[in-house]
Amino acid sequence: MENFDFTLIDWSRGQFALTALYHWLFVPLTLGITFILAIMETIYYKTGDLEWKKITKFWMTLFGINFAIGVATGIILEFQFGTNWSNYSWFVGDIFGAPLAIEGIMAFFMESTFIAIMFFGWDKVSKGFHLAATWLTAIGSSLSALWILVANGWMQNPIGMQFNPDTARNEMANFWDILFSPTAVNKFLHTIYSSYIVAAVFVVGISAWFLIKNRNVILAKRSIIVASAFGLLFTIMTGFMGDESAREISKTQPMKFAAMEGLYYGTTNAPLVAVGILKDDPTVENPKKQDFLVEIQIPSALSYMASLDFDAYVPGIYDLVHGNEEQGIMSYYEKIERGTIANNALADYKLAKKENNIVLADSLRTNFENEEWMNSYFKYFGYSYFKNPHDIIPSVPISFYSFHIMVALGGYFGVLFLLILFLSLKNKLHTKRWLLWVALWTMPLAYLATESGWVITELGRQPWVIQDLMPTMTAVSNIDSTSVMITFWLFFVVFAALLIAEIKIMLKQIKIGPNEGGH
Amino acid sequence: MSILNRIFNFYLNGFKEMKVGKQLWLIILIKLFIMFAILKLFFFPNFLKSNFDSDQERSDYVIEQLTNPK
Repeated sequence: MENFDFTLIDWSRGQFALTALYHWLFVPLTLGITFILAIMETIYYKTGDLEWKKITKFWMTLFGINFAIGVATGIILEFQFGTNWSNYSWFVGDIFGAPLAIEGIMAFFMESTFIAIMFFGWDKVSKGFHLAATWLTAIGSSLSALWILVANGWMQNPIGMQFNPDTARNEMANFWDILFSPTAVNKFLHTIYSSYIVAAVFVVGISAWFLIKNRNVILAKRSIIVASAFGLLFTIMTGFMGDESAREISKTQPMKFAAMEGLYYGTTNAPLVAVGILKDDPTVENPKKQDFLVEIQIPSALSYMASLDFDAYVPGIYDLVHGNEEQGIMSYYEKIERGTIANNALADYKLAKKENNIVLADSLRTNFENEEWMNSYFKYFGYSYFKNPHDIIPSVPISFYSFHIMVALGGYFGVLFLLILFLSLKNKLHTKRWLLWVALWTMPLAYLATESGWVITELGRQPWVIQDLMPTMTAVSNIDSTSVMITFWLFFVVFAALLIAEIKIMLKQIKIGPNEGGH
Repeated sequence: MSILNRIFNFYLNGFKEMKVGKQLWLIILIKLFIMFAILKLFFFPNFLKSNFDSDQERSDYVIEQLTNPK
């Protein structure tokens, strides 16, 4: 640990987090609003009612603004991979290469054809062709998100690869294992469904503002019905996929799971903390039960969430660090020893090759081709960088709060959509001004929820950049930390300017409304 | 009119008739310029590509970093 430059590591992490969180302000709205547009245009196609065309075009303009400001911001992350995270990029090379290449090709074709038809094709192509382009944009957007989420799923649960000790790269052994890894599938569905909620909240919120101002009433009422029904459906679906994700995390990332719940001691019939405020953060050196200032528990629900069994045992942070023989849990001390054996084997192999000791090199290389040895030792390669197991615990408060904020807001959105849809269908929503204001002010909460989801995904995995294989500190390039600081602030300024531009243009178009606006 | 001409005119007329789109394209172009002509060129060289000549050298360097981190 003492060998690492933590100033460089922290600034590199900060820069990546800034870029990823900024990029993620735009993606969810793009993913979700394209489907809402497709539904609205389908109604126009079916009914021929020109009001639906006007509604579709209005939301399409707002989608265009969001898309234009957000497009290509993800490429900056790829710049950072090559400059700031070169060890990581090299280590994962083959695994990331294929999904990201597919994503790039898909995004290019989708953006240059279907989106162009959506915006330029009104009254120039047939209604059916235009509708097909809108649906293909929606489907294509979500599919292009698939590949980056598959790559991220591999970072959470690295499978389907073979480590090559000659190149220090993980090579893809089975593309389908990586693509259909339960972690990747859950992550993809949970992420896109939750993105659809963000878009639904956005459409409901702006429509509520129109109703408050008594402007564009037909547009607002119709948009609210479509968006709240869409939002309600995907709140339920997000909940289902979140539940599946949690079960997968409990198996593949048990430390993240324990940190999400502030669970220090494992137990059977583990309760779920539905609402909680942490009192302090106990350490494993001085373990004690996590104290809460406020705590509402659901008995045995955490056991059920982890294993679909109310009586199941859920390991706590203490059990994972110190091991639990009765439950068959290997301690972090043991994992550090095994990881060190794997790391030494790699170092010895490199030395043997350098000294041209072919017999020793061949003998050491067989380890990396032996599945049993790889599962017994290389699987814990990343633990070799730690002496103190307490350094392998993510921040419990960050994990706990980001998880609970995300879940609580998800539940709140479901109730809000249900209430708004019910009142809209009764044609009483416009009389409930307080609810319209609530809907309007829920918009930032949707972004808070989706960003919290990323925080628990990425910070809950710490200290790993690739679970169990590569800690974040070994992933960084050996570069000058000052240059990272400069680019951090450069990004901050550019991102702030772009965000201000988006908000200004978006607000202007909303104020103009559907009658005088246009693409 | 050939299909290529029709596609060309479709895009050309689409760009000409844009309202808010013109402002957005300006922002996209400025953004892409900042990203590729400034950030990528001056601040984000590929560390391994610019410091080593071959994949063998890159591999050796990364193995050194992984087995003897500094």
